[in-house]
Amino acid sequence: MAEILKRAKALAVNPLKASQPVGAALAFLGLKNAIPMLHGSQGCTAFGKVFFVRHFREPIPLQTTAMDQVSTIMSADENVIEGLRVICEKNKPDVIGLPTTGLSEVQGTDIRRLVREFRALHPQFDSTAVVPVNTPDYTGCLETGFALAVEAIIDTLVEKSALAGRRRKQVNVLASSMLTPGDTEAIKEWIEAFGLRPVLLPDIGDSLDGHLVDVETTPLTLGGTPKSEIAAMGESVATLVIGRSLAKAADLLKERSGVPDFRFDHLLGLAACDAFTMALAEISGQPVPARIDRQRRQLQDAMVDTHFMTGFLRVAIAADADLLVGLGQFLAGVGAEIVAAVAPARAEVLAEMPVTSVQIGDLEDMEKLARAGRVQLVISNSHAAQSAERLGVPLLRAGFPQYDWVGGYTRTWVGYRGARQALFDVANLFLGKPHEIPVHRSIYRDASEPATPARSPSGAGLVGH
Amino acid sequence: MKPAEIAELLNEPACAHNKKEKSGCAKTKPGATAGGCSFDGAQIALLPVADVAHIVHGPIACAGSSWDNRGTRSSGPTLYRIGMTTDLTEQDVIMGRGEKRLFHAIKQAIDDYAPAAVFLYSTCVPALTGDDMEAVAKAATERWGTPVVPVDCAGFYGTKNLGNRIAGEAMFRHVIGTREPDPVPASAQRPGIPVFDVNLIGEYNIAGEFWHVAPLFDELGLRILCTLSGDARFRELQTMHRAKVSMVVCAKALLNVARKLETDFGMPYFEGSFYGITDTSQALRDFARLIGDPGLSLRTEHLIAREEARIKAALAPWAARLKDKRVLLYTGGVKSWSVVSALQDLGMKVVATGTNKSTEEDKARIREIMGDDTKMITDGSPKALLQAYRDHRADILIAGGRNLYTALKARIPFLDINQERKFGYAGYDGMLELVRQLALTLEAPVWQQVRAPAPWATPALTGEPLAAGG
Repeated sequence: MAEILKRAKALAVNPLKASQPVGAALAFLGLKNAIPMLHGSQGCTAFGKVFFVRHFREPIPLQTTAMDQVSTIMSADENVIEGLRVICEKNKPDVIGLPTTGLSEVQGTDIRRLVREFRALHPQFDSTAVVPVNTPDYTGCLETGFALAVEAIIDTLVEKSALAGRRRKQVNVLASSMLTPGDTEAIKEWIEAFGLRPVLLPDIGDSLDGHLVDVETTPLTLGGTPKSEIAAMGESVATLVIGRSLAKAADLLKERSGVPDFRFDHLLGLAACDAFTMALAEISGQPVPARIDRQRRQLQDAMVDTHFMTGFLRVAIAADADLLVGLGQFLAGVGAEIVAAVAPARAEVLAEMPVTSVQIGDLEDMEKLARAGRVQLVISNSHAAQSAERLGVPLLRAGFPQYDWVGGYTRTWVGYRGARQALFDVANLFLGKPHEIPVHRSIYRDASEPATPARSPSGAGLVGH
Repeated sequence: MKPAEIAELLNEPACAHNKKEKSGCAKTKPGATAGGCSFDGAQIALLPVADVAHIVHGPIACAGSSWDNRGTRSSGPTLYRIGMTTDLTEQDVIMGRGEKRLFHAIKQAIDDYAPAAVFLYSTCVPALTGDDMEAVAKAATERWGTPVVPVDCAGFYGTKNLGNRIAGEAMFRHVIGTREPDPVPASAQRPGIPVFDVNLIGEYNIAGEFWHVAPLFDELGLRILCTLSGDARFRELQTMHRAKVSMVVCAKALLNVARKLETDFGMPYFEGSFYGITDTSQALRDFARLIGDPGLSLRTEHLIAREEARIKAALAPWAARLKDKRVLLYTGGVKSWSVVSALQDLGMKVVATGTNKSTEEDKARIREIMGDDTKMITDGSPKALLQAYRDHRADILIAGGRNLYTALKARIPFLDINQERKFGYAGYDGMLELVRQLALTLEAPVWQQVRAPAPWATPALTGEPLAAGG
């Protein structure tokens, strides 16, 4: 069990953390015809919007209650009600997500009461669901905000019922913030291969995968889980929960619906993929399809081929807890050594990390640990590019945000094929690289010849700063 | 910050918006608001100061979503790219430990990074809990001897534009005038070329674009005492009050600094731009005019003639490809006219331009450049922009990054003109980069391919053999 070392500094330097409201907004962006409205100052939304626009390279619907000086001091209740009314009137969304921020939480907003007041005042907008969620940014991180929003969506949209199993082919998937659009697509195909019909909550793969559509503009999400499907989650035959961060949301769904669930910390690497495949076989009563068996053999082959490069590889990882543990276990499973593990906030799952200790901290902490551990590869978001440059090692981008790398947002990590590609990419970073022996220049040779600096080779569309 | 102080900043007397509606400082509407807050604006205005530790005092959302997201470049220190925040926790908020954490944070920044100064940016949460950032800054300055400058810019104070002014005000109150400029080094003295000190205000060296222009200043004997704030150093900011002339480069954002330098130190200023041949030449002329040295004026005219001839020859092959292309321009404030002149220099037709953030003065200037029948667009929603694009039969949309994916989703060519961009367009040589980027998107073969429907979308005629004609 890994020991969790708490934050020991006053100043966060090169933060790893993205905020809870941003995480909550992301969950709502995975619902169909939806728009999140952050209850805070306009900047809370503007920053969140830019954060996601640069990561997904997509237009991002995100609104604000636009608290100003007067409403901050006197009361911003009216801002919430007015904001909901304006959005309903202009855009007629199916769902409005309403995460709070540090500002409105410190002010002391009672967001649920405000939604009730809005309902009483404007019954004409009853067809639009409003999902309030408390997500102050002075606690947690993107992952926890996302999880709180998923829990709030279930709380608002899934009614208490005893109809579990009525839709015999339908399975629910609760999908953590560690999953990319590419991941959710792979998960859907995986489930469909067993003749089952997946309902993902949320489904950012359907809304933020980056696809050209026939309408040119929309003020709402382009896809995602439809509200009606969420309401029918209680009729599914099983729920697959991916990511420990969603444990509370999963508890709530189970309590509401009685649908049995299968829980997975992640789907990275052979062991995790096997567990998921077996669960699908059990739920469906079907044999594992031949093509999945083939993919498994392909991954095994790749593991054999690449073990020369991944074995003893000293890796530093900085990411939100679910992703950190997933990557850590996956790489440790192919022989790598995790020399630095940094998470932005506490989480129960961190104890599972295959290291002696996990640091709660920032990218400066990662950099220091990595340097001390003579790191060879950094895995983190785009902000770590500077750290990797100073460390003189390549960076494999994972997590949020990835603003300097096209396609990173939708990279497929999960499944047998995702794991195989990840191994190829990591291996290519080190293939053919000479060992770290300093160049020796003979005194008898021409001294004016410039020494060639040692460069880390770029490969597989992965390195680069 | 007191309401009266905010009102005073909003009523910037030198700002032409004051004469009519203050659109840039307009009140926000819940559920229908775009754009950043005051913290955003203040941070943007000062972050390019390269050798300063910029500490954001607040919980994570403010710095976490925004650090290191600008394309501004430094020729030396890179400290400004290190993101720093007190990352306040629930305990800090409840127990009132924010000030203490801030004090320790300043020490940590000074110990670990030896900054020339520390700038503190307050945010909504500590403003509400009542942290006295100014007192912390004062105590920290006295304790450690490194200047610590408070910038009181909580997001809820108002818009990004207001934040720019708050930043300018903070510089004026705490930094400008705290040091005298260094003498001109003997090695830099050239016979017949006297040295005149100038300031640039609102120039951010996006993608290093000012380095296209900077050599011309050296050649003319114009020493840039300080740029607020592209590629700036703290010790340069301290000496801004000693320049002979200031140029306000980007819109209205930091006009308050220029006006105060004029009233307090008798330093004249002018508004200009380095986008396009015409405007670059005009800016150089304006410096010479306000400095009033006949020798300088003469040398400036020689330089302009030489540079214009050179760049026009270099642009000629590109201009032939871009001539008569129709542009829909949507960008804020002063850029609306400065970019128009750059595009006209290339023989392109600007069919409509956004004037959402422009003042009456800006609009008059646009009419002067483009003629009275110019279409001005105020609605910047994606839908309205695309409608205008069609109505005016435009070939390309030039706008800020936030509209990039609006354009690409609609499958139309696009050029990014705002702060996050990766290319520098300023000065004479910036025009070469501009034409390259324009041609690149206009002539891209992908447009045709993404606009055509899938082959199976239209059913093949019956009896037609597969792959007819082979």
